[in-house]
Amino acid sequence: MSDSTVIAHDGLEAGHHEHSPHLHHQFESVEQQADAGNFAMWLFLLTEVMFFGGLFTVYMIYRNWYYPAFVAASHQLSVKLGGINSVLLITSSLTMTLGVWSAQLRRKGSLIFFLMLTFLLGVVFLGIKGVEYKEKFEKHHFPGANYSLQSFVNPASDPVAVAAGDKPLPLDIAQRTEVYFSLYFAMTGMHALHMIVGMGILLFMIFRARSDAYTTGHTAFVEYFGLYWHFVDIIWIFLFPLLYLINRH
Amino acid sequence: MSDTIVLLPDQSTARIPKRNYLTQENGLLSWLLTRDHKRIGILYLISISFFFLLGGSLAGLIRLELLTPQSDLLATDTYNKVFTMHGVIMIFFFLVPSVPATLGNFFLPLMIGAKDLALPKMNLASWYMYMAGGLLALWAMITGGVDTGWTFTTPLSTHFVNTNVITTGLAIFISGFSSIFTGLNFIVTIHKMRAPGMTWFRLPLFVWSNYAASVLMVLGTPVLGITLILVVLERTVGIGIFDPTKGGDPLLFQHLFWFYSHPAVYIMILPGMGVISEVISTFSRKRVFGYTAVAFSSVAIAVFGFFVWAHHMFIMGISNYAVLVFSLLTMLVAVPSAIKIFNWALTLYKGSITFETPMIYAFGFMGLFTIGGMTGVFLGTSGTDIHLTETYFIVAHFHFVMVGGMLMAFLAGLHFWWPKMTGRMYPEKVSQFAAVVTFIGFNLTFFPQFILGTLGMPRRYASYPPEFQVLNVFSTAGATILGVGYLLPVLYLTWSLKYGAIAGDNPWQATGLEWQTQSPPLTENFTQIPIMDHEAYDYEWLERQKEKEVASVG
Amino acid sequence: MPQISPVLWQFLVKWLTNFALFPPEASRIAPQLDALYFFIVLVSLIGLTIVILLVTSFSILYSKKRHPVPVQIEGSTLLEATWTIVPLGLFLVMFVWGALIYFRVFTPPANAMNIYVVGKQWMWKAEHPGGQHEINSLHVPAGRAIQLTLISQDVFHSFSIPAFRVKREAIPGRYTTVWFEATTPGTYHLFCSQYCGTEHSHMIGDVVVMSPEDYKTWLASSTSGASLAQNGERLFASMSCNACHNARPDARGPSLANVYGAKLTLTSGQTVTVDEAYLRQAILNPSQNITQGYAPIMPTYQGQISEEGLIALIEYIKNLNSDYRVQQTTTTTTLLPGGAGKAAPAKQEPAGQGMVQQ
Repeated sequence: MSDSTVIAHDGLEAGHHEHSPHLHHQFESVEQQADAGNFAMWLFLLTEVMFFGGLFTVYMIYRNWYYPAFVAASHQLSVKLGGINSVLLITSSLTMTLGVWSAQLRRKGSLIFFLMLTFLLGVVFLGIKGVEYKEKFEKHHFPGANYSLQSFVNPASDPVAVAAGDKPLPLDIAQRTEVYFSLYFAMTGMHALHMIVGMGILLFMIFRARSDAYTTGHTAFVEYFGLYWHFVDIIWIFLFPLLYLINRH
Repeated sequence: MSDTIVLLPDQSTARIPKRNYLTQENGLLSWLLTRDHKRIGILYLISISFFFLLGGSLAGLIRLELLTPQSDLLATDTYNKVFTMHGVIMIFFFLVPSVPATLGNFFLPLMIGAKDLALPKMNLASWYMYMAGGLLALWAMITGGVDTGWTFTTPLSTHFVNTNVITTGLAIFISGFSSIFTGLNFIVTIHKMRAPGMTWFRLPLFVWSNYAASVLMVLGTPVLGITLILVVLERTVGIGIFDPTKGGDPLLFQHLFWFYSHPAVYIMILPGMGVISEVISTFSRKRVFGYTAVAFSSVAIAVFGFFVWAHHMFIMGISNYAVLVFSLLTMLVAVPSAIKIFNWALTLYKGSITFETPMIYAFGFMGLFTIGGMTGVFLGTSGTDIHLTETYFIVAHFHFVMVGGMLMAFLAGLHFWWPKMTGRMYPEKVSQFAAVVTFIGFNLTFFPQFILGTLGMPRRYASYPPEFQVLNVFSTAGATILGVGYLLPVLYLTWSLKYGAIAGDNPWQATGLEWQTQSPPLTENFTQIPIMDHEAYDYEWLERQKEKEVASVG
Repeated sequence: MPQISPVLWQFLVKWLTNFALFPPEASRIAPQLDALYFFIVLVSLIGLTIVILLVTSFSILYSKKRHPVPVQIEGSTLLEATWTIVPLGLFLVMFVWGALIYFRVFTPPANAMNIYVVGKQWMWKAEHPGGQHEINSLHVPAGRAIQLTLISQDVFHSFSIPAFRVKREAIPGRYTTVWFEATTPGTYHLFCSQYCGTEHSHMIGDVVVMSPEDYKTWLASSTSGASLAQNGERLFASMSCNACHNARPDARGPSLANVYGAKLTLTSGQTVTVDEAYLRQAILNPSQNITQGYAPIMPTYQGQISEEGLIALIEYIKNLNSDYRVQQTTTTTTLLPGGAGKAAPAKQEPAGQGMVQQ
């Protein structure tokens, strides 16, 4: 047997088709590559669903146990800011879609414009989130050693609680608000982390788009990122009612 | 008739093919930046061997300490750190990636007739994630260690220990990415990259079992990720999700942790089962008995594997009815494993069996895994679990499945594919000897632990009542033999890299596509993408192929 | 060698004289659990034998020397169905049998004597109803159902008595229970079997099973003077529980007499049966556990009362049969011979006696 015996079946036209410059060596055709890429991206989003799914499960359990505390604690969040943020994110999903569309039409200028718009909307979202976080820190609603129950056991001292019409909570119920804020920070924090990662990639794409990386027919990367961005958006669409709108009418 | 199927080229004229994936490029950088699945597999093999030897030495320390009833060699907290690091390293840095990341990475594309995995860059990233996680875990170990046990039980891990829980948790989190990337890559590759004619039911069973394991990796690992993040947040900022004093529920941690960590044992064992299918078929010259049943049993294990996690918590105060449900599901997950064992045994029937090293390891696997699996039934039965859980019975059961099963399978696979990976044969006699030594050492180490567990000796004890000493001495003695059994392959496999006989393309006369290309393979795997025109394990096809070749050459 | 061999010899002698494959059966449940254990052992051995027989006989019969040409066989639905259904059937038998035993171990009989056990890093504290405390040991009478109510004050622990075949985790923040009826007097191992930190392996002790007479003597010699319920009564007064729970017509809290075991409707509309767990919750998190018809005015006692204090209070409330405070103690001290009042520290049995029975 010779050293280089390789089963070579006849009749296969492998390797004889036209090579696109974007075709990676391991694929036989552009379709196969696009197919695989798309599939991989959806699988990746599935892992993200499991990741946030763990958090949502924890949330549902504790919300069920400590409902009154969750209601009172959620009154501390500003529906206005949360609502603005929801609108911002939905808009950013739209601009991202327009960005993908521009890439597919090979319009460099409009691609960069929409990517930058998406990025900007992300920045404003995080800015508002930062304002909300800052307020929580100042009121000692960040879980841990400095956590304060003042707003819940004595709502009269807190204009936000007064505005929401909160009644004083007994100490043992008020203590459970810390679980709510633990989850609030864990969930919005993980979401914000995904935004930050996404915005890093956005910057990278804006940089690359300037040298025509996505406007010469190979738009896969922009499309995949679009999926990711929509996913992050959808997570927020779940977070907003779960965290901000418990028992609001 | 000879008693071996090994068919080597004439050693006086044979050469390793000049152009292969090893000689394609040279220099360290060509390895560190490679996107070739075979090179990444080799990188994984080297790093995993390192972590295995490290974890093994820690196991040696544990066995030495347990030689006497008092905690004399190691102080109790040192002992706790040693068994914790042994668990963390062996589970997250050896068992989970072992077969998929080394043999799977190397052979999955070859077996389905692809040039590479679908996402080569992600594949390399997965190795870097693995290394980053591994080095961080080492760093945690060197700078003080961690003593929570590999299960990180809260509130012990969050409020009551003062060791490097955060660093170790992050290390596992990071290595989780490597596992997700590998799993994702495999699933995409198997779905989208199969060669023409390679239908799902022509896939080698190794591919099926890696597919099932990949599904578990992709769905399970993220849950472990978020759980570890919550533990880290609880330690750093003091959020109260698992803290009973703040209204959190520590049992919830157990649920989340085992939601990953139970499927994780199937992540570990399934690829090993795939190796055994390949080896048994090849060395009995027969198609695996009941191919479809074996393939679907892997899928069944993966599916049921997700719904049995609470059997780790039978005595932890979950509701009696939950125990009922989880005990029943556990019984169901035991059935596919039984199916596999019997199918392998019947594969031998009317075969033409030879006893090369991989086959000896595979026989070892079958015996030890049967014991490991059956003792799992003791633990899945809720009544007996009360007495046996948290004792050395658990330790023995787990090691029978993981070391007796998985590690045997890993070694079987490593020997089986060594000629393909390196182009050279390992020395047969020494390695057969090593396989037997491993088997004996293994039984001597872990069988006494079943008795210890039944007698009630709890696990994770640095010191123990003196009447348990004799059995512990047996176990330690066995561990010494086992250590020799593991060191031997390290030595002779390294030796064979230079001095081993030249293997040729298909020394085992196996049917898989990976054997139909040169050894070591080309970087692009095949000169032409093969067409699969026969079923898996079709030895008659191979015979015809050989005849054709002879005819065309002649 | 001359130095080593005597050591080896000693081992072997020791081992052969103490050789055991399973621990002594010292409780009512032990033989039942062992029966199931040996059934599974038997099934395993048969299974293993079949596998070994198949592999070795095929290896001999169909080795390449004897059987050079393999016969390709696709599979056999009948055979495969057999080895799917037979193991499944056997596993289901084990499942049902195991579940029966599991429910038996974790469903205490109504007349069981309750002993509280508090786990902490790294000791077991047992609280007998008569007020006797023990650390890392547990004295129980033979022939009587004993229920253990376990809780941990810090991390997970697990209370394991191999000779009784029972084991239960002690969990921070909630009660768990297990029961047993010891049959044979003797001293048995008590282990903490859930890893709980540095000194985990030193969280061990002895369970001493005594004849009922010896047990009475032991109770008398170990009492601290006040029963658990009496301690609870003292706490009840010192924490001013009786300011509200005083059964007067204008009382702000519900009367607690006979509340144990009763069905209560809470303000949330939920119906609960009052047990130890509920009482504990009602003291620590009262606002979520307010009886219907009462104002949520009870403050939480979280952080103000130890697990032992809680146990005493619960024991007091459990034994509160009527609203006349005078009658309270009589029901709880039946086990206590009158007059004994000397506190005796828990006796530590010499280590290493292990499973040697008295």
